[in-house]
Amino acid sequence: MSDHAPARSPQDLDDSIAGGIGESPTRPDGALKVRGEYAYASDLWAEDMLWGATLRSPHPYARIRSIDIGPALATPGVYAVLTHSDVPGENLYGLKIVDQPVLAVDVVRYRGEAVALVAADHPETARRAMERIEVDYEVLEPITDPELAAHDTTLPELHPGGNVVRHQPIVKGDPEASADVVVSGLYTLGMQDQAFLGPEAGLAVPAPDGGVDLYLATQDLHSDRKQTAQALGLPPEKVRMTMSGVGGAFGGREDLSIQVHCSMLALHTGKPVKMVYDREESFHGHVHRHPAKMYYEHGATRDGDLVYVRATLYFDGGAYASKTPVVVGNGTTLGIGPYAVPNVRIEGWGLYTNNPPCGAMRGLGAVQPALAYEAQMDKLADALGMDPVEVRIRNALSQGGTTPTGQVLDYPAPVAELLDRVRRLPLPAEHDSAPADIRDLPGGASNTTHGEGVVRGIGYGVCIKNICYAEGADDYSTARVRLQIIGGEPLAVVHTAAAEVGQGLVTVQQQIARTELGVERVNIHPNDTDVGPAGSSSASRQTYVTGGAVRNACEAVRDVLLQRVAARSGESIGDLSLSGGKVVSSATGVLADLADVIGDDVIEETREYHHRETYPLDEELGTSERAQVQHAFSAHRAVVDVDTELGLVKVVQLDCSQDVGKAMNPEAVIGQIQGGSAQGLGLAVMEEIRVDGGTIRNASFTDYLIPTILDMPPMNIDVIERADPNSPYGVRGVGEPPTISSTPAVVAAIRAATGKALTHTPVAPEHIIADIPR
Amino acid sequence: MDFLRPTSWRDALEAKAHHPDATPIAGGTDVMVEINFDHRRPTSLLDLTGIDELASWSEHGGKLRIGAGLPYTRLIDELGDRLPGLAIAARTVGSPQIRNRGTLGGNLASASPAGDGHPPLLASGAEVEVESVRGTRLLPVEEFFTGVKRHALASDELISAVHIAPATGAQQFSKIGTRNAMVIAVCTFAIALHPERQRVGTGLGSAAPTPLRAIEAEEFLSGELADSGQWDSPRPLDDSVVRQFGDLVARAASPIDDVRSTADYRTHALGVMARRTLGWVWDEYRNHPSSTGRPECA
Repeated sequence: MSDHAPARSPQDLDDSIAGGIGESPTRPDGALKVRGEYAYASDLWAEDMLWGATLRSPHPYARIRSIDIGPALATPGVYAVLTHSDVPGENLYGLKIVDQPVLAVDVVRYRGEAVALVAADHPETARRAMERIEVDYEVLEPITDPELAAHDTTLPELHPGGNVVRHQPIVKGDPEASADVVVSGLYTLGMQDQAFLGPEAGLAVPAPDGGVDLYLATQDLHSDRKQTAQALGLPPEKVRMTMSGVGGAFGGREDLSIQVHCSMLALHTGKPVKMVYDREESFHGHVHRHPAKMYYEHGATRDGDLVYVRATLYFDGGAYASKTPVVVGNGTTLGIGPYAVPNVRIEGWGLYTNNPPCGAMRGLGAVQPALAYEAQMDKLADALGMDPVEVRIRNALSQGGTTPTGQVLDYPAPVAELLDRVRRLPLPAEHDSAPADIRDLPGGASNTTHGEGVVRGIGYGVCIKNICYAEGADDYSTARVRLQIIGGEPLAVVHTAAAEVGQGLVTVQQQIARTELGVERVNIHPNDTDVGPAGSSSASRQTYVTGGAVRNACEAVRDVLLQRVAARSGESIGDLSLSGGKVVSSATGVLADLADVIGDDVIEETREYHHRETYPLDEELGTSERAQVQHAFSAHRAVVDVDTELGLVKVVQLDCSQDVGKAMNPEAVIGQIQGGSAQGLGLAVMEEIRVDGGTIRNASFTDYLIPTILDMPPMNIDVIERADPNSPYGVRGVGEPPTISSTPAVVAAIRAATGKALTHTPVAPEHIIADIPR
Repeated sequence: MDFLRPTSWRDALEAKAHHPDATPIAGGTDVMVEINFDHRRPTSLLDLTGIDELASWSEHGGKLRIGAGLPYTRLIDELGDRLPGLAIAARTVGSPQIRNRGTLGGNLASASPAGDGHPPLLASGAEVEVESVRGTRLLPVEEFFTGVKRHALASDELISAVHIAPATGAQQFSKIGTRNAMVIAVCTFAIALHPERQRVGTGLGSAAPTPLRAIEAEEFLSGELADSGQWDSPRPLDDSVVRQFGDLVARAASPIDDVRSTADYRTHALGVMARRTLGWVWDEYRNHPSSTGRPECA
């Protein structure tokens, strides 16, 4: 780290909040955030800093004939104008496939691709200079249809090797099986945005050793560092990263944004350089959720037992691969939902097109098929004349069951129980006359109905999501725990690189340390690359893996202490434990105060946590003994009022039952379920990036709408804890499932109210008015 | 960018005369968005928030004069009982924070076809008072809008106020948005009954390049009500009359397909809103024929 951290760097968090595992202590960063005092990456500041700006392609697909930076460079106040020829290292990066240029060379593949950089003494100067960079483009016809990209060999190849990022079949049993009752459908999903509120931002400070210190908001410091060092041509140890306040992530901060650009400008100018995207640039500057087109066919017996599922899924990855390979992996392996099906054939395609790049977003690859398989389950129930919940329960996956990839679930899988519980949660009152307040009706404050045309509908959704990295990735995290006596009191410091992106990981880390070390005060060290990797705050994995690493490091510190006391007291180490700042013997009671045992020492241990090994999928059949380390399940019930004449929707109630294995912090678990459900509700009825010919048409929060408090209804939340014997404390990932099962539940409820097919999500008013009956 | 901050109306007019390209700014809820999105780069901003009289209202000769700088929140709180249609529209503007800043004058100056305040002004036959160092003029609100985000102001003129008669009959406003609050209009409709004149007023938003009245619908309904003596002894309206009114409102629109919706949906929705709001105002008139309107329950 540089000697002087910039102003508005990560601040100390409250270390004096009590509460161990299973309690719900308040967040150490909560008061700062509520008071508006929390420093986010966009607040970073350094004396004499410059401002960076990024020139982006106005075309979805074009050849670059020439770039003239002369007029921009001549602008007073401009310190640097950089293009691809200034990239010091490899001009390519990527999370899974290294295919994306830091700055475009001779071709741009999406509207918004970075072409050149400017550093100037004022952001407005940088912006004006940027407009003086003259790029001569030869505009090309963009590829915008992913299904065509998969099959039309006459299309240009956007990348060497063609336009297919990943093609994965999954075959189980007899792929040609037939059945008495067959339902089929074609379902499409629009492009969702993570819509985090804190835009991409960072401050790069050139270091005397020729390296760079980068302060930023990200989901994964070490992944960023690896890619950034490669592009800068620097050894990783000369690229030091420190986390600044993260204003939401949801997957949108897994790919690089400002990292290399900001560092290049700082290294080139020898001055600190800050970059902050505005909202419009943010929409162009991060990946989105993959839109999908999904063909499904379900076959069942007349009794309602699923015989087969056949599906073909197309995921539009846009111009660069990002997480597309993983989306295809998750989308296919989880493509039939949490159901036991003897015969399966699924084919998943992830494609390159000239649409905006798509990558990680909460529920990665599992959100898309859930909309299709849950619509199919409702369709099947309809065809069978059965209750939709009964059909689901009848076919529900359970512990000991087998996934389409052949993996046997050796942990609880209470799918049927969740469905049964969610349907038993109390329903809202029917309103026979118009409610007193229009805000309780579709259209809300906009005063479109006083009850006219309003019909109620109820729908269900249930989902499966894999937790942690899969398909053979060595998934681990690292924690360093230090215990010392400060002011006569034991203080534990937990140091990891695991990103707090709003999910409450800092609180959980404190809780684990308090419980494992029997101390009250636990300080969370700012995240940086001085400690080993934690992996990304994604895949609902941090409480699992970083929680495991913190536990392991605490146990190591505890062992040191207990060994000291055992040696001194002659008691067996197995009889000793830590509690209330003391070493306690189960045989003889309190043996020593921690202050005496530690004295002036600093006891510090670093440990990793690796979860059980996973294995790749067979390329032809998709089989794998263990493709995924854990699965999580949630079930939603949505109650909606639809204004059937205007197509406006009010979600009246959204209830959820979810198995979380072990609720480390029950309040935080509820918060995750509420937040995930709101994000899923948004996808159901309003959230869509409108892309036309490769260009985003609604890059603002005026036209990319996310739910307000009037759109998000009260929830009944029913949390159950069926411990996973393989995970630390029995935890099961919490963050993603509620995002997945809420959307199909809301759409199903709208279908129930309107009788319309509604095969596209999000459902827009014009769909409800115009759409065909189902 | 120059920043001019006059503290009197006279100074503001002088400033505008000397800097005809200056962009007036009041609450900034439109202007700042445009600047942030780089849609416009004014050479200078003329801040009107230092002029206290602009954020006031008064009553003269049976009409209300609403200062161009009166924020929506005050309009709702202080004039909601006398201008119920405008108050319902004002409640749909943005969030409470935006309503604390945003003004009717700013809404007019932006002249967006989607401006929430415009349809109620059209339905009530409001007039816009504009002023320059050369003098003052009153423009009927339908003459104020000349195109998409264009208006009839000369380059040295500023909007000083809106003149509008307090409601003499029921008024309603309805807005389609794809979110239940804080949403820009897909389309809007306003209706006002004027029993003293035996007339019905309408206003449509996001339905054409400018906000507009559905004049044929007004003529039809006013005629039907007068011919059948309904103003004096109101009865439930025939379905055919309500349907015809809705159809005529829809026919007055010439909406477009855009990122927020489709032309077909807008046309359909305008018809539905016209029928519903007509039902609401007529029910209210039948139940309280002498009422001067009442605040909506929202």
